[in-house]
Amino acid sequence: MTTTTSLGAEDRTASPAVAAGGRRPALRRVRSGNGLVFVLPFLLVFGLFMVWPIVQGLWMSFTDSSLALRDTDFVGFGNYAEAFGDPDVWSSLGNTVFFTVVSSVPLVLVALAMALLVHSGLAGQWAWRLSFFAPYLLPVTVVTMIWAWLYQPELGLGNQLLDALGMAPVGWLSDDSVAMWSVAALTVWWTVGFNFLLYLAALQSLPTTFDEAAALDGAGAWRRLWSITLPQLRRTTGLVAMLQILASLKVFDQIYILTKGGPNGSTRPVLEYVYDVGFTGYRLGYASAISYLFFALIVVVSLVQLRLFRRED
Amino acid sequence: MSATATTFRTRRRPPRETTGSPLLLGHGRLPRVLAGTALVVLAVVWLLPFLWAVVTSVQSEEDINTTGLSPFKGAFTLDAYQQILERGNVTVWAFNSFLIAGLVTVITVAVSTLAAYGFSRGTFRGRRALLGVTVAAIMVPPQLLVVPLFDQMTLFNMVDTYAAVILPQVVAPMMVFILKRFFDGIPKELEEAARIDGASEFRVFRSIVLPLSRPIVAAVAIFVFIGAWNNFMWPFIVTNDPDLMTLPVGLATVKDAYGIQYAQSMASALLAALPLIVVFLLFQRRIVNSVATTGLGGS
Repeated sequence: MTTTTSLGAEDRTASPAVAAGGRRPALRRVRSGNGLVFVLPFLLVFGLFMVWPIVQGLWMSFTDSSLALRDTDFVGFGNYAEAFGDPDVWSSLGNTVFFTVVSSVPLVLVALAMALLVHSGLAGQWAWRLSFFAPYLLPVTVVTMIWAWLYQPELGLGNQLLDALGMAPVGWLSDDSVAMWSVAALTVWWTVGFNFLLYLAALQSLPTTFDEAAALDGAGAWRRLWSITLPQLRRTTGLVAMLQILASLKVFDQIYILTKGGPNGSTRPVLEYVYDVGFTGYRLGYASAISYLFFALIVVVSLVQLRLFRRED
Repeated sequence: MSATATTFRTRRRPPRETTGSPLLLGHGRLPRVLAGTALVVLAVVWLLPFLWAVVTSVQSEEDINTTGLSPFKGAFTLDAYQQILERGNVTVWAFNSFLIAGLVTVITVAVSTLAAYGFSRGTFRGRRALLGVTVAAIMVPPQLLVVPLFDQMTLFNMVDTYAAVILPQVVAPMMVFILKRFFDGIPKELEEAARIDGASEFRVFRSIVLPLSRPIVAAVAIFVFIGAWNNFMWPFIVTNDPDLMTLPVGLATVKDAYGIQYAQSMASALLAALPLIVVFLLFQRRIVNSVATTGLGGS
């Protein structure tokens, strides 16, 4: 380290880390003490592609804006009033909530089971991790193509297995009462790996002292799991559940590609209805209004969750 | 250069591979056998769809459709892959995916690290308010912005351009927040020394703060890349030209055209799956640690 701190001279700076960079006194002119320049590029894209659409969307939700014709009229709360009376809004909202419940529960519990099993120290760590996490890396189209083939009525793996067991075939994607479960199964397979890694990381950072003490006192593996490990994971479970519920509420991609919301609209989530209204029906204003109602719901859910989460601490 | 030294050290750190606490299972044989069985069953269930897809992809369409049943009966053939590659659109989409995900990652990381540094060290007026707005924006689901964003792209006359696919994806308030929190934890003494010696603010950022933040920047980059690579809704809405489509979007548009050509359908799905699986195998430990250190992602 140099001890001569000559402010003016060449950039021969204090730490060896800086000395490596070298030269370019020109940059010193950028030395705007308050740091605003650093934030400017972000503020630019944030303003253009986040704030603008948010404001624009809010404005559109009060108009009859349409993809088909350019001149738009202000309609006040007309779109919102229409949304509240629109049975398709309610049914797609119902589908979204149903999907959220039947996907989130296994997405948390299966991830927990996977992490506990992998953490128990059986050989082949990386192989287990790869098997459980790999599907998370697949693009949604790949996932749905593979599962559409598994669900194929005559040749698909699902019905072949049922056939081998002597059971009647199931209309995985064609039966109103089954389709959403099929979508949920696909989703669990696809995304459980992320929650699994969150749990695994949490398990690895737990102190082992309590576990050791209990083992010395003669507590069996099962007992220690319920009385020590699981209670220690409560915070992680709160976090995983919170992220999962918010992610599940936003379901669109896999359903749109797999079933287009069918059969008979039984799998159509809110976001697909927004898409249908806006891009197929050309009613951007009405689509925006539904978006904003849904956004309000998401904010409420987040706030309730944060509340519960805080109280846990 | 210290930057390389840091990376080197991070890579060489002995892997924090868990062997798990042997205590968890105790010394009895029964829990061990039960846990092992459960693990194997789960892994088989999770790998089965992949295996089924692979087996299907190396059969001829006739075998799959005529024997009607087990894909294990037919003869091995790579016809499906050959046909897919000859048609060429999968390779175009793969190129687009790499280009778009790569650019999204580079721009997002650059913009977000700079902003995070400004938010962490800056003293400009309105800093707290802007930071508050940024954090609040984390809650906004990007899917909800597609309608007004599409309207905006129409206005800018940008529909069906790479820029329209890329730019809205580079706004990542979550990443800014994560990076800012990390920068906050870096002791300021190091920077003060450099500042006294006349280093510009940018130099301090690039030569001191950034090298110390390699792991978190890598984590952010990995997640942005995976997210952009797999992003579906926005690229799907803003591209109509097949030559500009990404893999997920392109495949979705031709998926139905495969009809009963299951071998080709599976072959193209697997080809599209390959790049990220390879990336994962290469960076496995870093990706696993990324999830742990940032706790973000989700689809």
